Amino acid sequence: MKLLEHEAKDIFRAFNMPTPPGGVAETPEEAMSIAAKVGKPVVVKAQVLSGKRGKAGGVKFADTPEQAKEVAKHILGLKINDLPVEAVLVEEKLDIQQEIYAGITIDRNERKYVVIGSGAGGMSIEELAEESPEKIVKMYVDPSIGFLPYNAREMATKMGFRGKQINKLASFFLKLWNVVEANDVELTEINPLILTKDGRFLAADARLNVDDNALFRHKQMMESLKRDPVEQNEREKLATENDMAYVELDGNIACICNGAGLTMATLDAVSLYGGNASTFLDLGGGADAERVEKGIEVALMYPKVKAILINIMGGITRCDEVAKGILAARDDGDITVPMVVRMVGTNEEEGQEILNKAGIPFLKTMEEAASKVVNLAKEVK
Amino acid sequence: MAILADKNTRVIIQGITGGQGTFHSQAMLNFGTKIVAGVTPGKGGQEVNGIPVFDTVMEAKEAHDATAAVIFVPAPFAGDAALEAIAAQLNPVVVITEHVPVRDEIRVIHTAKRQGITVIGPNTPGVITPGAKQKLGIMPGHVFADGPVGLMSRSGTLTYEIAAGMTYAGIGMTTAIGLGGDPCVGLTPIEAVKLFEKDNDTKALVLVGEIGGDAEERAAAYIKENYDRPVVGFIAGRTAPPGKRMGHAGAIISGSTGTAQAKIKALNDAGIPVAEKPSDVARLLQEVL
Repeated sequence: MKLLEHEAKDIFRAFNMPTPPGGVAETPEEAMSIAAKVGKPVVVKAQVLSGKRGKAGGVKFADTPEQAKEVAKHILGLKINDLPVEAVLVEEKLDIQQEIYAGITIDRNERKYVVIGSGAGGMSIEELAEESPEKIVKMYVDPSIGFLPYNAREMATKMGFRGKQINKLASFFLKLWNVVEANDVELTEINPLILTKDGRFLAADARLNVDDNALFRHKQMMESLKRDPVEQNEREKLATENDMAYVELDGNIACICNGAGLTMATLDAVSLYGGNASTFLDLGGGADAERVEKGIEVALMYPKVKAILINIMGGITRCDEVAKGILAARDDGDITVPMVVRMVGTNEEEGQEILNKAGIPFLKTMEEAASKVVNLAKEVK
Repeated sequence: MAILADKNTRVIIQGITGGQGTFHSQAMLNFGTKIVAGVTPGKGGQEVNGIPVFDTVMEAKEAHDATAAVIFVPAPFAGDAALEAIAAQLNPVVVITEHVPVRDEIRVIHTAKRQGITVIGPNTPGVITPGAKQKLGIMPGHVFADGPVGLMSRSGTLTYEIAAGMTYAGIGMTTAIGLGGDPCVGLTPIEAVKLFEKDNDTKALVLVGEIGGDAEERAAAYIKENYDRPVVGFIAGRTAPPGKRMGHAGAIISGSTGTAQAKIKALNDAGIPVAEKPSDVARLLQEVL
């Protein structure tokens, strides 16, 4: 789950990490009153779950509360990456000595947390890695002992800091580590972390993604957010409620399969025969008739769909259950576009008999099925 | 010969009294797997499918001389279950459970590593050695035949698809491993290659990868330098868009990393032919065997 900047900063402050003074506004008037309270020039930032807010015009400075009101009015009317801006964060514009990058994420190869820092913050870490990789300091965290004060001081010195700043920055990194440990964070970034001219470190930005699989341990945090973990359209919601993995794409062929790898490979096969998939729908393991019917229903709610390909490799999923689900969907009149079925594996014969009796053709290989559905989709106008 | 599971493997099922544990322990028994005990805390003394149930892994191990664990415990408790199996020195520890928090995974993986124990998964269909009739997982046993090829994959049903194609073409497997669909797994492709390298009966490898991370690229680089038997690859997700999680938590293209194109190129650069379709894997194997 991705947190909005202001939500992440609430967590930072709870761990004694300084952030610039300010607050969240949902109206231009609120933005004006927050700016007045700050009493200094402010920055007004769109609160949306999207990177590149600055480039999309979602981050603006304002010298006076009246200006803050104008700027907030503009930003609150924007859509960034199709997401409407529902709130802005109004914060003091800092007196910058240096922009720093600080982050913690998980390295898939080492299978460890890795703490990342750079004295050259501001630009994205990917850009920085391209331009000056030598300016990035990385430290892997030993899973049995965690990230320790001396590790944090080493980070600070390697990032080029000296004197009192070493301990101040080290303390910042240690607090960030505490946030990660306490909240099952899989990715956090502060970019920039600002060193002000008067020698303070403040988190000017905040990115925080919590491991979806660990949300059961963070009920309190979930409640305090007062929103759904992710923004989903009705089809995505329905798929999630039914434990299916569902991704919408640009093509017109809905691929309903069992297993993520097989579903991806089916999308690829459709493309190989000259078609384009509209839908990645993984029914998951052991889908029964009801779930298959639901999967077809969800897939057909997407207006781009012109044909359906059902590709099942039965393991824990049984072909007779799949056949029953297909039949139920057809008998309910749900299937309004051409459909190709391929299924093999557990209870294959029983499943095929059900489809045979119902007059629904099926194929034995995914290549035949993919090529056939591509042709059918082309015939549909 | 085979790796990870052979005729001497004696299996404990953790979470045997749950729906999945009960169903799949029976399926494993039907295949021939030597399951010696089950574990569910608080349900010691019961029997499931004729298998005695114990409260702790250590009791089960001591009573029945078990060597390996297969875990069906729900995600919030799966990490603890795996640590219990590691503490009892079971090896391998196969974690079937999906949706295990990554922080728990990391702890399990490194605790196992320090003790030289192999963890497979989480989010894996498991391991199967057809020649020894040992299936430590949930795969349909009949699509896997005995033979000279080592198979490793990040996926479940796609593995069955490819295994079925191989079996149909008369090419069997020493051992097939589902590595798991999560970003952090106990056994990575490169580690699996190293295990297969020590097995003289494994004459060729199949590496089934998918988008996300760079584990396939790393395995390709290792194979190029160190592994001299033939390898055939397949990569799923050629048409996956960036930034979307394609079912598996680990299957996501972030920025420019993790694309199928980069993986296919790395495999090709290492002299590994990559199949365009799952059914081409068997054909490519016939060419190299």
